[in-house]
Amino acid sequence: MSPTLTDAASVASSPTDGLAALERRGSTAETFGIPLAVLAELTHRCPLQCPYCSNPVELDRAGSELTTDEWKKVLSELAEIGVLQIHFSGGEPTARKDLVELVQHASDVGLYTNLITSAVLLTKEKLSALADAGLCHVQISFQGNEPVVADRVAGLKKSHEKKIEAARWTRELDLPLTVNAVMHRQNLHQLSDIIQMAVDLDADRLEVANVQYYGWALKNRAALMPTFEQIEETSRLVEEAQVRLKGVLAIDYVVPDYYALRPKKCMGGWGRQFFNISPSGKILPCHAAESITGLEFESVRSNHSIAWIWQNSEAFNRYRGTGWMPEPCKSCEYREQDFGGCRCQAFALTGDAGNTDPACTLSPMHEAIFRQAEQDAASEQTRFLYRNFAGGTLETVDDHGA
Amino acid sequence: MASRNIQVNETSRPILPRHAKLRFDETRQVWVILAPERVLAPDEIAVEVLKLCDGARSVADVVELLAAKYAAPREAIVTDVVAMLQDLADKGFLTEAREKTP
Repeated sequence: MSPTLTDAASVASSPTDGLAALERRGSTAETFGIPLAVLAELTHRCPLQCPYCSNPVELDRAGSELTTDEWKKVLSELAEIGVLQIHFSGGEPTARKDLVELVQHASDVGLYTNLITSAVLLTKEKLSALADAGLCHVQISFQGNEPVVADRVAGLKKSHEKKIEAARWTRELDLPLTVNAVMHRQNLHQLSDIIQMAVDLDADRLEVANVQYYGWALKNRAALMPTFEQIEETSRLVEEAQVRLKGVLAIDYVVPDYYALRPKKCMGGWGRQFFNISPSGKILPCHAAESITGLEFESVRSNHSIAWIWQNSEAFNRYRGTGWMPEPCKSCEYREQDFGGCRCQAFALTGDAGNTDPACTLSPMHEAIFRQAEQDAASEQTRFLYRNFAGGTLETVDDHGA
Repeated sequence: MASRNIQVNETSRPILPRHAKLRFDETRQVWVILAPERVLAPDEIAVEVLKLCDGARSVADVVELLAAKYAAPREAIVTDVVAMLQDLADKGFLTEAREKTP
């Protein structure tokens, strides 16, 4: 006998492939079983105003959000069709007054629950109630390792100290903690300190994610884009820390793909192993998908089941697999490894989501993108356009983040 | 706080922590361990071992049970069981029962 544990993988967007390990299907390209994990964006409301927010520029208003009962029905349906994990995200998910009730319901129907939060609205009592409701894992975003940079990026005073406090409560309640650090030109100098902060907070995992440039981040690209030298240094620091902290802190690393040679396998392939649900109930292939104009996304409020939307809707099938690909993807040997990169990035940078992601060296636009990144990185632009419902507010000189 | 980074040996009394859930996936008809951002697929024997790890039984107890059930030599089993559990512990998905307060 020799018991083994196969890693069925990081369920969101890692290069390892969860579905393949669990379902053992033939063709990689055409595999799109029900996702193991789904992201539920409960609301777009958020007390933070991060200039790289992954929410769409056109935010869903509070009035359009799914009700408690609608979310409960969605959670039950997800569990029924075979989804195993639910990530409660936003916006700021704790801005929903019914979060404890939703976590409890998710636990009741057998979903593994994960909270992705800015933590600034949490109290110890609230966190404790969430733990009692069955919450399995907490991810807290950090904008830096100290208040000056962190509060300015977040656009909210005292946010950093609240996050530190909430991270401590998380561990006191014996919940596993992931520190999410979104990195860019104006905070990359803090990376070593952020890694140490994660160790000091007794976190289990650290996600070092370089900003991905769509939506709000694209508007702020000149203020955020790191230099090529910064990225080389970042990769060096992360690799060194991964070795040094083995068994203490797991570190996941997302590189900025403007400087990459090959595009990222975005979402594990469009409509292949992941979907998310927007505050108003739209089922999306990724959280940025609404930035692609001309695609119609079906809602849980439609007459269709979630499984039907996933399997049959036009938006999911448009870029699923490899059949939609033009050259150079069509005949590329890597087409089933990266699925042509990111559709949202292709749309944002070329105007056509069906083009090869310009992050790929084989894209005719790659060189221009690389030069654009270098130009942005060298720019003197440091002011942020803060994310809000008013379409963004430019940072003022005496702002300092609030 | 439950101890992390544990070293598994025959006297350990391991148990899955609350953030690692062993569950049968009805849709795919396989056992899974659900963990932060991960899903592990334990094989049949790993599942059997983990079901026996209740925080009360020691690894030695678990091995005895398996040796009796499969009429297999104890030594062969113990190495594999410890290795699998250590693998899980290294991933951060195994804990030991807390000491009972006197």
